[in-house]
Amino acid sequence: MQRRSFIKIGGFCALGLGALPVARVFAGSNQTKYAANPEALPGKQWAMVVDMQKCWEEGEPDCTDCILACHQTHNVPDIGSVKEEIKWVWTEPFENTFPEQKHAYLAESVKGKPVLVFCNHCANPSCVRVCPTKATYKRSDGIIMMDYHRCIGCRYCMAACPFGARSFNFRDPRPFIKEVNGAFPTREKGVVEKCNLCEERLAAGLVPACVEACKHNALVFGDLDDPESAVRKVLRARYTIQRKPDLGTKPKIYYIVS
Amino acid sequence: MLAKALRGSKGYGQWVALLVALFGIGFMYYLAQLQQGLTVTGMSRDVSWGLYIAQFTFLVGVAASAVMVVLPYYLHNVKSFGRITIFGEFLAVAAVTMCLLFIIVDLGKPTRLFNVLLYPTPNSILFWDMVVLNGYLLLNILIGWNVLEAERKGVVPPKWVKTLIYVSIPWAVSIHTVTAFLYAGLPGKHLWMTAILAARFLASAFAAGPALLIILCLVMKRISKFDAGEEAIGKLASIVTYAMAVSVFFVGLELFTAFYSQVPGHMYSLQYLFVGLYGQGNLVPFMWTFTLLAIIALVLLLNPKTRTNERTLTIACVAVFVSLWIEKGLGLVIAGFVPNAFKKVVEYVPTLPEVLITLGIWAIGGLILTVLYKIAVSVKEETAR
Amino acid sequence: MAMYNGRSIVTGLVLFFALLTFPFWYGLGAAPAPEPDLNTPAIQKLVEKKCVENREFMRANHMELLKEWRNAVVRTGNRVYIAGDGKKYEMSLQNTCLDCHANIPPKQVKTTSNQLSQVQFCNSCHSYVGVKPDCWTCHIQPKEGR
Repeated sequence: MQRRSFIKIGGFCALGLGALPVARVFAGSNQTKYAANPEALPGKQWAMVVDMQKCWEEGEPDCTDCILACHQTHNVPDIGSVKEEIKWVWTEPFENTFPEQKHAYLAESVKGKPVLVFCNHCANPSCVRVCPTKATYKRSDGIIMMDYHRCIGCRYCMAACPFGARSFNFRDPRPFIKEVNGAFPTREKGVVEKCNLCEERLAAGLVPACVEACKHNALVFGDLDDPESAVRKVLRARYTIQRKPDLGTKPKIYYIVS
Repeated sequence: MLAKALRGSKGYGQWVALLVALFGIGFMYYLAQLQQGLTVTGMSRDVSWGLYIAQFTFLVGVAASAVMVVLPYYLHNVKSFGRITIFGEFLAVAAVTMCLLFIIVDLGKPTRLFNVLLYPTPNSILFWDMVVLNGYLLLNILIGWNVLEAERKGVVPPKWVKTLIYVSIPWAVSIHTVTAFLYAGLPGKHLWMTAILAARFLASAFAAGPALLIILCLVMKRISKFDAGEEAIGKLASIVTYAMAVSVFFVGLELFTAFYSQVPGHMYSLQYLFVGLYGQGNLVPFMWTFTLLAIIALVLLLNPKTRTNERTLTIACVAVFVSLWIEKGLGLVIAGFVPNAFKKVVEYVPTLPEVLITLGIWAIGGLILTVLYKIAVSVKEETAR
Repeated sequence: MAMYNGRSIVTGLVLFFALLTFPFWYGLGAAPAPEPDLNTPAIQKLVEKKCVENREFMRANHMELLKEWRNAVVRTGNRVYIAGDGKKYEMSLQNTCLDCHANIPPKQVKTTSNQLSQVQFCNSCHSYVGVKPDCWTCHIQPKEGR
């Protein structure tokens, strides 16, 4: 055989092998093998209203029910160092949460008060834009989701998120989870993680764990696309603000602070 | 040709041994990092990129050494660069290889590296940076090797090499631009979100790359029979002068925009860099070192007497290189994260393992550079006979 | 045709070939393929002892199936699998597969260990063929902690 023809045939073979996965996809049976859980909550753009006023006025000063519920449900470890801290939902002082609202004569009602912060599930998310593997992506119901199987740990999303919502597993998180929830996976060393708006609970027809945990109903969850949803009703009735709306990421978490 | 790298003087052997040892130490610490995770570094939830990404960012600039000799030689027929294009290209090979290694050691899950290819994502700038950096590496390996091979045989390089050379010129612009875009498009990171970031990267690249090339040429003149020639060094020195002046000018533009406008978001990171913020300022001494070195460099470079004197030129080039390493590496990357999303200052200090892994990668770069330069010098010595 | 350094080349080739084939002759006469243990309380309770698909399919394709499940759940949000026989299952390694296939006492699977969850059912074959599944760095045995 001529060298030239050998290389040619080899080349075509390689090309064929390369095309094989593509062919498989098209040849694959497209019968409906998968379906959504019929109990799943339907939504086009999930959102939340955080009524901090209610939390401050009605809640006990040291209440962390929502945080505990979230972190227990999702096996969020307590690393015990600020440097490697992993958190899905936590509080920051008012002045740090809304730096552009800060001035010397803030009302006593908000001054230094803790504000609940977590992933804003932006409609125009910068973290999704920068992820080089689509490990973080936007679902059709607006949830910004992470595929921990795919994350390479480059932390570009952490640099891109203007809300500091993302944590990185600097080490194996397992030893730092006090009470393991067997129904939900943990994460592993080397991946980024954040709030998933309890998509696993929504799929089972349940509202997010933090919403359920709040005794005072300070967290309102619902579909922005539905004019009659709980969030839309609150948004119509109350004055709400958002974190850093000027950055154009279109956050989907709204705050009532006065 | 590779065989030429195996034979050398005693000093050569010792130098290679030193680099291998440094690489070995770095590698051991990298194994520890793989085992324990990035907890061995000083990076945190708030400063989530550190020394590694700083080196990467700076070294992309060093790779500009190639285009700054190739462009004048092939487009403007600057004959004196003919002897040193190969060294510019090989320096780019070493620099880009280091860039890629610094990205890899920074990954939390390096085993999933190829997910970037398995799930190509064109909306991510990191995807494009991977494309342009690997492309630039390949271009410079192909061009350098074939040009050198041709020189050894005393023939003209094949035609396709010339085509690749022309491609490599705009490609060089792309690596700095795309690397700048990694930073310039992130909402909320005011230090990075500046339209002139790509221009700043190009300017400092055109200063840092050729500055190192000058230093290397002067070293080669000492330890080998290869002399780049006064004219080539002089021309490179002019390039470094212009680029350094523009680079410092651009930093001045940033300072003006931030402090004349008095917009807090634009001032915070710069305040943190130069005077500290909320009483914290680990990078302050570094930034004033940058300032001092940049002034020394510019004084020495702008004055024709000191620019043409080998000793003062060397000092100027070292000053350029170190000052830009601080400004485009450490300063730019770390201060971008300060203050954090909650307007709090969280400081970053690299750890010993992190520093040793970094040194290890510099040692690999040094090894690649040494081997390639040894081959090139040997070929030049051979053909000169 | 003259051959330079013939001896060392041939020795080298022989050594290379020996090393290359080492796994094959090393495995000769080794232990027989294990039979994964199906004796778990959940499986005992089943009327028809059948996995989500038949045994042959699962043996050959469980990896593909798990990957498909993973993508369906994580990437498209579909959580229900409609099996070949029309039965429906929740697609969950932790909450469906391991409901049946967890057959070591929970105490042995301390989650604090990275190597944890030596899920015997998976491991009996996987350690035999030397393929280490990387499921258990994140997924955990469901029984404990519930």
